[in-house]
Amino acid sequence: MTDANVIDVSGLVKRFGSFRALDGLDLQVGAGEVHGFLGPNGAGKSTTIRVLLGLLRKDGGDVRLFGGDPWRQAADLHRRLAYVPGDVNLWPNLTGGEVIDLLGRLRGGLDETRRADLVDAFELDPRKKGRAYSKGNRQKVALVAALASDVDLLVLDEPTSGLDPLMESVFQRYVDAFRDRGHAVLLSSHILAEVEELGDRVSIIRAGKVVESGTLAELRHLTRTSVSAELTRPVDGLDAAPGVHDLVVEGTRVRFQVDTARLDGALQLLVAGGVRTLTSQPPTLEELFLRHYGDEIEPDAS
Amino acid sequence: MTGTATFLLTFLRRDRWMLLWWVLGGTTLYVATVYSVDGLYTTQADYDAAAASASSNAAFIAMAGPARALDTLGGQTAWQTTAFGAIVAGLMSMFLVGRHTRVEEESGRDELLRASAVGRYAPMTAAALVAALANLVLGLLVSVSLTAYGLAGADSLGLGLGVTACGWVFTGTALVAMQVTASTRSAYGIAGGVIAVAYVLRAIGDVGNGVLSWISPIGWYQAMHQFSGLRWWPALLMLAGAASAVASAYALFGRRDYGSGMVAARPGRPRAPYGLRSGGGLAWRLQRGAVIGWTAGLFFFGLAYGAIGDDVESLLGESDVSQEMFAQAGTDLATGFYGTAVLMLAVVAAGGAISSALRPRGEEENGHLEVVLATALPRRRWLLGHVVVTVAGTVLVLVGSGVGLGAGYLMVTGDGDAAWDITWPVLQYVGPVLVLSGVARVLYGALPRWSVLAWVPLVFAAVVMLFGELFGLPQWLQDVSPFEHLPMVPAESFDWAPALALVGVALVLSVVGQVAFARRDVH
Repeated sequence: MTDANVIDVSGLVKRFGSFRALDGLDLQVGAGEVHGFLGPNGAGKSTTIRVLLGLLRKDGGDVRLFGGDPWRQAADLHRRLAYVPGDVNLWPNLTGGEVIDLLGRLRGGLDETRRADLVDAFELDPRKKGRAYSKGNRQKVALVAALASDVDLLVLDEPTSGLDPLMESVFQRYVDAFRDRGHAVLLSSHILAEVEELGDRVSIIRAGKVVESGTLAELRHLTRTSVSAELTRPVDGLDAAPGVHDLVVEGTRVRFQVDTARLDGALQLLVAGGVRTLTSQPPTLEELFLRHYGDEIEPDAS
Repeated sequence: MTGTATFLLTFLRRDRWMLLWWVLGGTTLYVATVYSVDGLYTTQADYDAAAASASSNAAFIAMAGPARALDTLGGQTAWQTTAFGAIVAGLMSMFLVGRHTRVEEESGRDELLRASAVGRYAPMTAAALVAALANLVLGLLVSVSLTAYGLAGADSLGLGLGVTACGWVFTGTALVAMQVTASTRSAYGIAGGVIAVAYVLRAIGDVGNGVLSWISPIGWYQAMHQFSGLRWWPALLMLAGAASAVASAYALFGRRDYGSGMVAARPGRPRAPYGLRSGGGLAWRLQRGAVIGWTAGLFFFGLAYGAIGDDVESLLGESDVSQEMFAQAGTDLATGFYGTAVLMLAVVAAGGAISSALRPRGEEENGHLEVVLATALPRRRWLLGHVVVTVAGTVLVLVGSGVGLGAGYLMVTGDGDAAWDITWPVLQYVGPVLVLSGVARVLYGALPRWSVLAWVPLVFAAVVMLFGELFGLPQWLQDVSPFEHLPMVPAESFDWAPALALVGVALVLSVVGQVAFARRDVH
C-alpha cells in the first residue's frame, strides 16, 4: 500500500457528446476516512464513481485509485474495493444469498463470520429470489456483500435511500467499524443527515465540479445556528447584533439565525432578557447546501 | 367493477401494436396454409395421395389432429391449422391476461391504480375483455379471409369462431394461473403448461381411442368437424369451459391477498452453489434456461420433420412449386426435402444464438453489469463467459435438432443408416449460426444502442432460404447469407472448406466485438 491517498482525482473531465458531465473535478480521499460526496441529482456523483470504477473512460485530468489507473488496472484494483450502487438491481432468479456469495467470490473472498453477522443484523432473508425483494432489501443484499468483503475501500452510492431508520443505524455501525479498522469510505449522497452522521470530510459537487471541500468542522464556520428562545422580558438590540439574521420577535418569544462564529454575542443578549427555554439547532449540511444551491432549491421549496 | 371501461380503453391503447401483430400473425397462419395447400396439390390425385399417407401416419395425426376429409382443400386447411391456431390463440390470451394482471401486480405499478377509485375486479375484468376481444377479432378475420378465398362460408365461420372460443378457454385458464403464484414467470409457466397439456391430451386421444381428446379444449375445437360435416355443439363445450375457468379465477382472486398467490413462493438456496463463482458460471446460470428451452424446442421441431419419414413425396405432391423448393439439387424429393429441413432447423437455431449473444446487452441495461464489473472480474473475462455459453449453447441446440430429426425418421422408417445421414449434417451449420451471433457481438461491442439490428441478418437469411430460388434473387445477393455457402447435405456432399471458413469468419467477428467492448464506456 502506498502512502498516497486512496482516491486522488484532479482536473477530471468526462464528456457525453457535447455535455461536460465532469468539468475539472478534484477529489482526495485518504485511508481511515469517511468522505462524504455531496450534491444534488445530476451533479456528477455517479459519473465520478463510474470513472473511479473503470466503467467510464475519462476524457481529461488525472485519476488514481490506490495509486493505480482505474481504467487499465480495473480488475486488480477492484480486489481492494467494494461498491454498492444507488439503485440495486438483482437478477430476478438468483436468491439474495447467492448474490452475496457470487459478488464476494468475484471480489476474492468473503469473511464468513461477518457475512453471518451481517445477514442477522440486517434481518435479511437470503432464501428469497431477487424479484421478490423490496428496494430496501435489495440494498441490504448489496450492503452485506460489500461489508462482508475484506477490502480497503467502500464506494457507496446513496446506500441508505431504501433503509428504515433502524437498519440505517446498523449500517452506520458497520461503516464506523470499517473506518476504525483504517479503511476508507467514499459515501455519495444527497441526503445530508447521512453524510453528517458518518462523514469525516466532505466534498460538495455541483455541475461537475467540487465547489467546497474540507472537514465538517472547517465547513461549519460557513453555516448558521438557528436559535429560538422564550424570555421573561423583551430584549432590545438583537436586530442590530452582528451576525444575527432572519429575526422574528413575538412578544417574549424570539427566533433567529446566527453565524456560528458570532453565537456568543447573541447569547449574551438573550441572557440579559432572562432565558426560560432555549433550543438551538446545530448547523446542518442542509444550510450549507442552500448556500451553494440556494437559487435552485428555494423556489422549489416554497 | 368501477373503472373497468377506463382500464379497457387504456389497455387497448397500450396493447395496440401487440394486438395487431398477434391477430395478423394468427390470421396469416390460416391464410398461408390455404394458399400453400392450394399451390402444393394441383390435382385430385395429389390430394388423394396426401390424404392416404397422412391418415396412415400416426406422427402426423399426433401433430395436427384426426385425419378427416384430407382429400379436400378445406379439410386439409382445417387439419393443418386447428391445433396450431389454437396454440397461437392460447399464447396470445396468456400474454394479454398476464401483462395486465400478474405483471402489474408483481412490479407494484398496479398498487397506485388500486388505491384510486376503481373496483377490486376492474383491472382483471378489463384484461379478460381485452383477450376476449382479441380472440373474437382473430376468429372473424379468419372466417372472412377464408370465405373470401373461396372456402365454404359456414365451415370458414366454424373454423374462425372455433378458434375464438378456444382462445376464450385459454383466457380463462390463464386468468386462473395468474392467481396461483406470486411470480409472473411461474404463472406463465402454468398457463403455458395448460396449453401444452391440452395439445398432448388430444394428440394421445387422436392416435388412440379418442377419449382424451374430449378433455382438451383443442380437441373440442377439432370436434367441430370443420369442412367435414360441420357441427356447432362442441363450441358450447368451449363456452362452458371458458365460463367456468373465468368464474374460478374470480373466486380465487376474491380469496387471496393482493400481491400474493394461492401457493406461497418456494424459498431458494441461502448459499450459492459451487459453480457460481466466475463470469462463466454466472453466464451459464443466466442462460441455461434459454439453452435448455431452445434445445428441447428444436429437438421436437426436428422430431416432427423426421417423423414425416419417406412419405415426403406423396405429401409434397407433384406441383412445380414443391419440385422447385425441395428438389434443388436434382436428387430425389425426400433427400432434397431433408437437406432443406436441416437448413431450416439451423436458421431457427440462429435465432437462439442471436438472442444469447444479445444477453450481455440485457445485463448492461438492467444495471446488473456495473455491480459485476466493480468486482475483480475483468470485463473481457465477463464477456468471454457469455461467448462461451453462446458457442456451447449453439452446438447443443444444433445437436438437439439433428438428434430429433434422426430419431423421428428412425421411429417411422426403422432405417438407421438413412437416419444417421440426416442427423449429423446440421452440425455443418455451426459456422453460419455463429457468424450471425458474431454480428450481434460486434454490434454489442461497438454500437450497443443498435444491438437490435442483429436480427436483420437472420430475417435476410430466412428470406433467402425460403424465397431465394422462388423469386429468382441474384446469386450475389443470396451469397450474402452465410447459409448459402454450404452444400445441402444430404442432397449434396459435405465440404470442409466452406464450413471451416465460416467458423473462421465467426471467430473474427466475435474477437472484434470483444475488443470493441473492452474499449468502450459501460453504462
